[in-house]
This record gives sequence, C-alpha cells and structure tokens, in this order.
Amino acid sequence: MIRAHVLICGGTGCTSSGSKKIQEAFAANIEAFGLSDEVKIVQTGCFGLCALGPVVIVYPDGTFYSRVTEEDVKEIVEEHLLKGRRVERLVYNDTDAASEIADAATVALSDTTFYKSQNRVVLRNCGVIDPENIEEYIAMDGYAALGKVLTEMTPDEVIQIVKDSGLRGRGGGGFPTGLKWSLCAPNKADQKYIVCNADEGDPGAFMDRSVLEGDPHCLVEAMAIAGYAIGATEGYVYVRAEYPIAVKRLQKAIDDAREYGLLGKNIFDSGFDFNLHIRLGAGAFVCGEETALMTSIEGNRGEPRPRPPYPAVKGLFGKPTVENNVETFANIPQIILRGADWFASMGTEKSKGTKVFALGGKIKHTGLVEIPMGTTLRKIIEEIGGGIPNGKKFKAAQTGGPSGGCIPASLIDTEVDYDNLTAIGCMMGSGGLIVMDEDTCMVDMAKFFLEFTVDESCGKCTPCRVGTKRLLEMLDKITDGKGTLEDIDKLEELCRYIKQNSLCGLGQTAPNPVLATLNFFRDEYVAHVVDKKCPAGVCKNLLTFTIDKDKCIGCGLCAKNCPANAISKTDYVAPGHKLPSYEIDPSKCVKCGVCMSNCKFKAISKI
Amino acid sequence: MKSLAELQAIKDKMKNKVVLREGSNELRVVVGMATCGIAAGARPVLNALVEAVNESGLADKVTVSQTGCIGLCQYEPIVEVFEPGKEKVTYVKMDADKAKRVVEEHIKGGKVVADYTISDLNA
Repeated sequence: MIRAHVLICGGTGCTSSGSKKIQEAFAANIEAFGLSDEVKIVQTGCFGLCALGPVVIVYPDGTFYSRVTEEDVKEIVEEHLLKGRRVERLVYNDTDAASEIADAATVALSDTTFYKSQNRVVLRNCGVIDPENIEEYIAMDGYAALGKVLTEMTPDEVIQIVKDSGLRGRGGGGFPTGLKWSLCAPNKADQKYIVCNADEGDPGAFMDRSVLEGDPHCLVEAMAIAGYAIGATEGYVYVRAEYPIAVKRLQKAIDDAREYGLLGKNIFDSGFDFNLHIRLGAGAFVCGEETALMTSIEGNRGEPRPRPPYPAVKGLFGKPTVENNVETFANIPQIILRGADWFASMGTEKSKGTKVFALGGKIKHTGLVEIPMGTTLRKIIEEIGGGIPNGKKFKAAQTGGPSGGCIPASLIDTEVDYDNLTAIGCMMGSGGLIVMDEDTCMVDMAKFFLEFTVDESCGKCTPCRVGTKRLLEMLDKITDGKGTLEDIDKLEELCRYIKQNSLCGLGQTAPNPVLATLNFFRDEYVAHVVDKKCPAGVCKNLLTFTIDKDKCIGCGLCAKNCPANAISKTDYVAPGHKLPSYEIDPSKCVKCGVCMSNCKFKAISKI
Repeated sequence: MKSLAELQAIKDKMKNKVVLREGSNELRVVVGMATCGIAAGARPVLNALVEAVNESGLADKVTVSQTGCIGLCQYEPIVEVFEPGKEKVTYVKMDADKAKRVVEEHIKGGKVVADYTISDLNA
C-alpha cells in the first residue's frame, strides 16, 4: 500500500538543474531501503519556484525540499521516508513563523509566502499530477468539462458561458474569448479549425511551456470544447521546437486521449468528432502573430497577412478559424465546471480571472506565479517574488517583453490588469515580467529589446523592416555618446510612425520599449546625450575607469589582469604606502571592468 | 470514451491514488518512526493504518504520516491522532491489529479506543 508520494519536478527549469538524476537516485534508494511498496515516485510539471530547483515535495506531509542534490537523496529517503524525520536543512520555508513551527507540524507549501498570495487556476495541476498519466488528470476532474459540454450543453450555451465569464485572451491582446468564438461560430464552411498558439517567443517568458509540460491534457480538453462550440473538428497546436519536453508530453497526451476515446470519432457518444495535431515552429518570433502562425502551419514561410479578412472568416487553409493562446485555453475546463460567476468573481471589473507571470531578472524567486488580476506590482515583486537581491533598489519592471513597456518604481502600486497597464503605456503581454534594479540602464534595456525585434522582423513590410533598424542605429548613437537632443525627438517621431504603419503586431508594438522608457526615464536619455554619461554605469562608451592614486597601494593586480595592457605603474607613491600607484590609459582601456573587480582596496571607480 | 459513467469509473479508481497530494487535514494520524519506533515494530503499524484508512474510503479526510521520536520510547510503537478542535489522542504499544481497530472505532466511528490510550496505561 502506497503511503507516501515523492513528487519530483520534471519541468524544463528543474530538468536543467538535474532533476532526472535526482529521480534515478530516489528510485535506487527507495529500492535499497525496501520501501518500493510504500513510496511512489511521481514526475510532475513545474512547481513555480524555478530559482530553487531541483524541487522535491513529499506527501502526505507536503514537505517542500529545494535545491536537492544527488548526495541529499539518501538522507531524505532514510530520514524522512523511513524514519519520518524531515531533513530540516533542505526544507524550504519562508514563512514568518519559520522558527516557531515544531517538528511534528507541517509547513504546508500553501503557507509559504511564495504560494500564499497565489491563486492557481491555470496551474492547478502543475506540480500535482503526473502529466504523462491521463488517469491522474481524470482523477482531478479531467475531461469532466468535455463530458458535460458534449452531453448537456449546446454550442451556443458553451459560448455564452465563456462570454459571461469575462475571459480575455491571455496571449497579450486581451480580446474577449467568448466574443472571438461567437464571431466564428455562425460562419458556414465544410471545415473549421481550432488553433492553439504555443509559440511563446518573448525573451524571459515560459508560462505556456509550463502548462504544456505540467498539464497537457488540460489543453487537449479545452481545444475539443472550443471545437464543439464553433463547429470545428480539427485542431492544431503550434509549438516551438525548442520545447522538447513540452512537445513530447503533449504528443503523449494526444495519443492517450485518442486511445481513451477522448479524441477521435463520436466522443462520449455525442456524434462529435475532434482530432488534434502538433505543428513545430522553428522559433521565429513573428510566428507568434496569429496570421503568420497560420501561414506557417500551412507550410509556407511565416509571414503575416493583412486583415481583414479576419481568421474567424478566413483563417487556416482559408477556413474559419479560432486561435487562442495556451493559457486562455487552460482556463476553459474550469469555467465550464465551476461556472462563469465563479470565474468572474476573481479579478477586476474588466479583467477577470487570474494571470500567470514568469518572474525573471533581478528578483529572488525567479519562477512562475499565478495571481488574481488586479494584484499590485508591489505585492508581486516584494511579497511573492521575495524582493530584489543584494539589497538593491527596484527601478522598473518590463511587462510584455519586446512588445511591452516598463512600469517605473513610482507606479509600483499599479493594480496589474489589461486596462491599467494600457493606461500607463504598457501592455500585459503574454506574462513575462522582467524586474530591473538600479544597475540597469533604461536606454540599454530598450536597445536590447530592439536588437531582438530587428533580428526577428520578417521583412515583409517596410516600416518594421527599415524603421526598427533605424531606431536601433539612433539608440546606438545615443549610447555611444554621439547623440543630440534632436535625435531624441526624431526617435520618438519614428516610433509613432512605425506603430501606425506596420502590417502586424510585431511592428506595431516593436517601438513600445523605446516609447515607455522615453516616457518614464527621459532624463536618462538626456544624460546620455547632454552630459555624455550613463547614470547606471552600463553603457561602456560613456564610462571612464580611473584609479584613485592615494588609495592604490601598488599591488599591481589590476595591471596583471588587464587584457588590454592599459594599466601601468606611475612614479607617485602615496603617503603611507610603499609602492608607486598605477594609472589607466583611457585610450587603451576597453572598459571591461576586470581591474575594478580585482582591486581589493576599492581604488578603482567608473564614472 | 462512450459515457460519463466510464469517465467517472476511472476517476473513482484513481481518486485514492492522488488524494494523498491534496493535503486535506481534517484528521491527522501520526506514527512515531524514530529508531525506537521502528525497532518496536512501527512500520507494520503504519502500513496497516494506511491500508485501513484507504479501505474505509476516508483517504480524502485523513492524513497518515510519520514523525520522529515522540519521547516515550518504552511505549513505542506510538500513534497519535490529531483532530482540529479536539485534544490529541495518544495510542501506545500498538500493532497492526490494534491499528485496524483504531481506524474502525475511532477514526471511522468517532469513539476513542480507551484500551490502548496512554492515560489508560498510567492508571
């Protein structure tokens, strides 16, 4: 009889920090201690706290072990699973009452600060079930929503409940999902399609990947429900080939669902047929744009097409198509089972439900969080995210990746939902949230995202292809210290032109990082142009490294490590020191900063 | 899949296997599993408890887990039952059969098995 479950995260984050080996070690040790009949190992999807991986949870206690190494496994098996003593040094606990919790009591995962404020709807099964086992999904009410829809509801009723829930597209745009479905449903055609956009391309975003890895059946079920609602019998999931674990698990989910008769012909004896296919993308950012994505599925080069006609009328293979993002779909089964009112009770007036964010950048708890819409940025960063490491100050957060904008520290109390973010010139985006501290140069940050869009622009329309390139050149000029105030105005003008004239979302949003930083951090641009200084000390061409000759004790470590031989001995011996000090030749200095990190006497500074 | 009943059957079959992870804690049964407990035969007691709880269909309400040394080594194997709002009940010198009786009478029936409790032993 199984009395304990050991859940080991098999998401991409923990896999890359070695969770496969941990799993093997657990299997070997459990066998060695003769516990094979009592303890079961389950490989799950992402728990969310990727920064602390590999992550292991032992149930029924719910003990959360973080940063587990192969050497720790024997101890956990012997102490915890055999003798019932938690291995305290590995237990993750950030609760305030940490020290008061007695040995017998449990620090439940849900009590930790990281999880306490979260509300897991989309991620409810991630880190709980084995994603490769269809029966575990069924045990968690899986496919009950599909059953209910096919046996009790008409397609119109399904669309109505999605409309009533207030669910909006989680891919970034925030278009009402129910409305999207209702625009497609009445269109007559011999074939209609459901398409799932799993082409998650923003740097730093991994929400969709985690759903695919942790709960793939949820997507399969939701797409079948959407198919029934609009009268489509075929579905495609477009997922990038860089997500091998996600692709493998999704394929297994589709195969298993087919075997159990949850895909295929005459599902639940209702006469409804639905089939699902995976199409792999080669990783072009533009293929995350809905029309380019469909063009790519059709086997052509991924380029957007002009709208109208909209996909609801003429989409994939020229047929009426509904395309939604992974996270949007993942909400559907819950809405069907628990009702529109339940869903609408979460969130704000115009943004219902929850949103998954991938926290990254300068933050303690890098990972995945799901929070109700309307949670303040302060709560996300300071409470759930654990704040900024190394005592640095929060400067801004970038939402929506290369299509989004930044929220400055002064607006940290903004309630995060679609409309509030749009109002301050940002966008929700798909959910990447990159946190920046005081050491980040905002001009450099805008440049980083622009480099990305210049690379990823498909080249079909001129404003995007040429415009973004010119923008980048201007930013280069500014960060090189060669810019003028006029350049800043020109930059802004070109941004607006590109936004208005580009063919698809990629170009229309590409200038956003520049516009947002210009809006909130214009003084930094001015500092680069007028004072020829980078306030954050990032832009190399504006930095000068100098040695304080009175602090320098003449050890020569800087000169020894300088890759450009730019540091040499002087004749000056500072009072109280025995050796002559060193100096940097600015004409030879490459501004790598090696001297500064080597100097133990803090004699080198950058201005 | 031809019917909702079929789906329900799979769900019922699997529910006991995943319920362990939901951590619903209406009632906690804890077995002392330090060296003293194991030496005195705590493992068969633990296994009997898990089995009996599952058989009685209470797995979604009752958590069976282990703990370290409770401190009364001469009375091992010790089983403690924690119920919210009630005083802790401590059973001592347990074995597999006694464990089954505790599940049947106390956990299912709500009546403490006075024969095995520590207070009785002191008397």
